[in-house]
Amino acid sequence: MEWINTIIQGTLLGGIYALFAIGLSLSFGIMRLVNIAHGDLIVLSAYVALVVGQGTGLDPFSCLIIVVPVMFLVGYALQRGLLNQTLSGGLLPPLLVSFGISIIIQNGLLQGFGAYTHRLQEGAIETASLQFPGGISIGVYPLVVFGVALVALASLQLLFYQTGLGRAFRAVSDDPNTAELMGVDNRKLYAVALGIAMIFTAIAGVLFAIRTNFDPAAGPIRLILAFEAVIIGGLGSMWGTLIGGIVLGIAQSVGAALSPTWQILAGHLAFLLILIIRPSGLFPRTRD
Amino acid sequence: METVRVERGTRTSYAFAVVALVALAALIAMPWWGEAGQMRLVAEMAYYLALAQLWNLLAGYAGLVSVGQQAYVGLGGYAFFYLTGALNVNVYVALLIAGPFAGLLSIPVSIAVFRLRGAYFAIGTWVVSEVFALSASLITALGAGSGLSLTPAIVREIAPDRAGRETILYLMTLAISAIVFGVVYLLLRSRHGLALTAIRDSEPASASLGVNTFRTKFIIYIVTAACTGLVGGLIFLQKLRISPEAGFSINDWTVVVIFMVVIGGIGTLEGPFIGMLVFIVLRELLADYGAYYLILMGVIAIIVMLKAPSGIWGYISHRFNIELFPVGRRLALAPAESVGKK
Repeated sequence: MEWINTIIQGTLLGGIYALFAIGLSLSFGIMRLVNIAHGDLIVLSAYVALVVGQGTGLDPFSCLIIVVPVMFLVGYALQRGLLNQTLSGGLLPPLLVSFGISIIIQNGLLQGFGAYTHRLQEGAIETASLQFPGGISIGVYPLVVFGVALVALASLQLLFYQTGLGRAFRAVSDDPNTAELMGVDNRKLYAVALGIAMIFTAIAGVLFAIRTNFDPAAGPIRLILAFEAVIIGGLGSMWGTLIGGIVLGIAQSVGAALSPTWQILAGHLAFLLILIIRPSGLFPRTRD
Repeated sequence: METVRVERGTRTSYAFAVVALVALAALIAMPWWGEAGQMRLVAEMAYYLALAQLWNLLAGYAGLVSVGQQAYVGLGGYAFFYLTGALNVNVYVALLIAGPFAGLLSIPVSIAVFRLRGAYFAIGTWVVSEVFALSASLITALGAGSGLSLTPAIVREIAPDRAGRETILYLMTLAISAIVFGVVYLLLRSRHGLALTAIRDSEPASASLGVNTFRTKFIIYIVTAACTGLVGGLIFLQKLRISPEAGFSINDWTVVVIFMVVIGGIGTLEGPFIGMLVFIVLRELLADYGAYYLILMGVIAIIVMLKAPSGIWGYISHRFNIELFPVGRRLALAPAESVGKK
């Protein structure tokens, strides 16, 4: 029974990792951008929610009404203003520019808010749990997060396969030059893409900040977790991202069950193991 | 009539070599004319220069953009502390082992991370470094989360008094940085350097001309790891204590190093030197304003990457056509008069 509980907790933990990973996977899938600042943008979303919550007295879920559009604009502006200029220059420019953005966000937050840890308060839902026969207990909040991840992936699926915007995304992903010849404005589309990626990042940031303490230095580990979920699932595969998140979550839960200090390490080791035996991930889709 | 010969240097580079040697001699003599604070700053500049040269070799030449080199700084540091503290190895011997130890561990690491390309390689190396950091924080023999300190007995092994110790450490740092620089310089001037420069300019083209790109990259990765480990041992010998957080700090050992190389000029030997100076000057000027120097470094790195991707040195070298540490080969017609007659 203990183990069934562990597996269930791990699976649900995978929901938040999948949410972390969606934005990263999206920007890689569409514009081959590996955004090193991704983790810091997750944390930035949490800080935006913190400020909005303090200013308006709204609870974190309601704050999303403001946080989501703000982060969309941040993503749009970053791509339009900075990252679009790095597209033609090979590997190093996008990597280093997003690296610079990461350091600026981290230290900007440090200067603005100090090194204190914060948490968003959502009330009773955080600790509520459902009891099942056989001693199995499932937290309501992790379940909600997992549900949000499923809805997020399903809505992306709809966006990609049922809308004109989605068709344009798939077109530039397959062949940016031909897409441009067909009248797609790639630069604008990329900006919208990072904006959409930031919508999911904002949701992930707020949901994670309700569950976990955060501080200005909390970004890099989120980037690593998101990255691990993307690689385990297979590059460019949306639902693979969820599987990747779940594999990572289960590995961490099993590690934590052995000893609490083993949680993160167990996740990393599972990632490296999969990398060695199946370098292209479990469900590879795009090639870089 | 005229003969063509291969030149490895220019008049400027020979003149500069003399200036550089004089400057080095002045720095070696610093314990007799400088203050302790200044010496510490120069030592810091020296080890940062070494780290920057190594990262530049890795990313600028071999195209291996790693953001996980802090792994080898930490491994070198921990190896040194464990060897001297738990195994009572002589300080100098321990330092000499720290480098190869890091190099040895980089072999299994490369098996995993070499499966990743480009930016994914970068984050993969970072994960590996996190694994080392977390492992160090779990191992009781390594002091777990709180780390290790050098005992007074070990510190006295270097020199009985403080002034003597500072002098010896200073000279060691200078020597190791000079050796690292020499290794990188000679490597780039060698046959392998030609292969590396070819890989830097175009990996597919160099592969098609018979450069074994995988082997070259593999060797560079291991050599860089070993040298980084040596520098790591030295850094923490100066700091006298090491913890997982300090040893494997991405900000201290990789982020600022990357900024130095990018701002100075990636893929050149002069660039890291200029970038290191920019970093030290900015940090000293903005020392009273917290982390703003890091923000400023980030902003400058982004501007350089977008507007002048070859960095400050790339701009100067292009504008004035000079090379201070020539690694290439150029063809020259000799003697010069015969060119004029023709």
